[in-house]
Amino acid sequence: MQLDSLYQEIILDHYKHPHGRGLRDAADPADRVGEAHHVNPTCGDEVTVRVATDGATLHDVSYDGMGCSISQASASVLHELLTGRGATEAFEVHEAFVALMSGRGQVTPDEDVLGDGVAFEGVARYPARVKCALLPWMAFKDAAARAGVGASPTEVKA
Amino acid sequence: MTTIAIPPGMPQYDDVPRYDVAAVRADFPILDREVNGHPLVYLDSANTSHKPRQVLDVLAEHYARHNANVSRSVHTLGTEATEAYEGARAKVAAFVNAPSVDEVVFTKNSTEAINIVAYAFSNASLRADADPRLRLGPGDEIVISEMEHHSNIVPWQLLAERTGATLRWFPVTDNGRLDESGLTDLVNERTKIVSLVHMSNILGTVNATSRITARVREVEALLLLDCSQSVPHMPIDVVDLDADFIVFTGHKMCAPTGIGVLWGRTELLAAMPPVFGGGSMIETVTMGGSTYAAPPARFEAGTPPIAEAVALGAAVDYLTGIGMRSIQWHEKQLTAYALDALGGVPGLRIFGPEVPVGRGGTISFALGDVHPHDVGQVLDSLGVQVRVGHHCARPVCTRFGVPATTRASFYLYTTTEEIDALVAGLEQVRKVFA
Repeated sequence: MQLDSLYQEIILDHYKHPHGRGLRDAADPADRVGEAHHVNPTCGDEVTVRVATDGATLHDVSYDGMGCSISQASASVLHELLTGRGATEAFEVHEAFVALMSGRGQVTPDEDVLGDGVAFEGVARYPARVKCALLPWMAFKDAAARAGVGASPTEVKA
Repeated sequence: MTTIAIPPGMPQYDDVPRYDVAAVRADFPILDREVNGHPLVYLDSANTSHKPRQVLDVLAEHYARHNANVSRSVHTLGTEATEAYEGARAKVAAFVNAPSVDEVVFTKNSTEAINIVAYAFSNASLRADADPRLRLGPGDEIVISEMEHHSNIVPWQLLAERTGATLRWFPVTDNGRLDESGLTDLVNERTKIVSLVHMSNILGTVNATSRITARVREVEALLLLDCSQSVPHMPIDVVDLDADFIVFTGHKMCAPTGIGVLWGRTELLAAMPPVFGGGSMIETVTMGGSTYAAPPARFEAGTPPIAEAVALGAAVDYLTGIGMRSIQWHEKQLTAYALDALGGVPGLRIFGPEVPVGRGGTISFALGDVHPHDVGQVLDSLGVQVRVGHHCARPVCTRFGVPATTRASFYLYTTTEEIDALVAGLEQVRKVFA
């Protein structure tokens, strides 16, 4: 097994130096704010994601959590990729990340869409870790829905 | 590194029961395999144990030669299958020194066994003519502990919800022992049942039960011991333990999955109403109502896991052949060695007793602030199989302020070389996450 393919430098770097960590209030009081807390019941990992949006642009995607390097690095990448994006575009990135993680290592990620998210390509080959990587992304989806963008909340664990 | 091994030639050498670990390992086909290019180092026996060829052969032989349903056939195969199934029950009864074979109820696992007791209480609580010891209502109390597996928490929470009874629990000390300081308050005249883990699946603690048993008798409550982690690893004698029920599971003691045991005192099982209804558990059935078979059949509705039970009998034979005292001593040596070796790993914190006394060969730990998932992943890349997570004992993790732990657990086939491989692997973890 190539451990390096799982623990790529980019992932370890996001884990050790997370970007944009911490839950923040909306800078613009007119923004709608949605929040979702997800847990992974098998390992106890937790993440809370908060989305502040005017309905068109995601002004902030903030988060807090505790868990393994994969779940926490994934939250950092989520913040970096989606903050400041248009809602439609953000969901395209979301879809690409979910497709990558569901691809069992057969999907080649597009760096133009996923940025540092391409580092998670190796994680897709470890079924036990896929849900670690997806945890913040699923919380994001619910948080966004609560802020009025995207689909209705699916798996709500407040 | 120190061990408590007594060197050959010393006068005490023969006082200790021992066996040839290499010969035992040769009985387990899976131990030959490699994982990720490394020899398998299996340190997850508290999760499930491996199965020796002697058990696998009996399982295959049963299906190949004696397959038939039990307790309902007059034909030869049915008779052979029934004899094998009931023979396994007798072996299990002898293994835990049960006074009667009929005190052994085959279940799917420990979880089902605990649920049967909890639902028997529940069903008794609905009937005014049921045994008062089994009837629960508001004001009555159920006592468990903070170190239970979820299987010994949730069934009692559900029972408390159904009956209005109150659930209380023993806390755990900083050293991972049961805190018995509140015993007389916790177990009192309102207590109907105390259900405790005998050996913790996460802390490794073996609970000394005699004080608790004495108090349970004083207040005329009942005592259930979850022996899932103790029956596979040490001699267990239900008469000596003086419990009312014990539960354990086959797959942790060299038998297949899908077979477990509820042991209960004859008169208690006889007083318990049925839980699952169906074939085999009845005496007679009319459209207007039914009467029920005596235990153990009353609690074994439907076709049971026949081959699995027969294989459990073979596992009992296998373990008895080596000797439970010998296995217990082997694991005590391993535990002393491992506690010492792990104590030398920088940044490692052990949860549970740090001395090899009153504990078994299951050791949970944290390595600095590296998440257990990451610890387990790096160890796996080196062939070392440990469990990571909350081990279905989340309240223990909460008690010690961690979301999860890494756990190494040993069995009769574990060697000190495997513990060395674990320690070397932990060095690798430290390098990756430095």
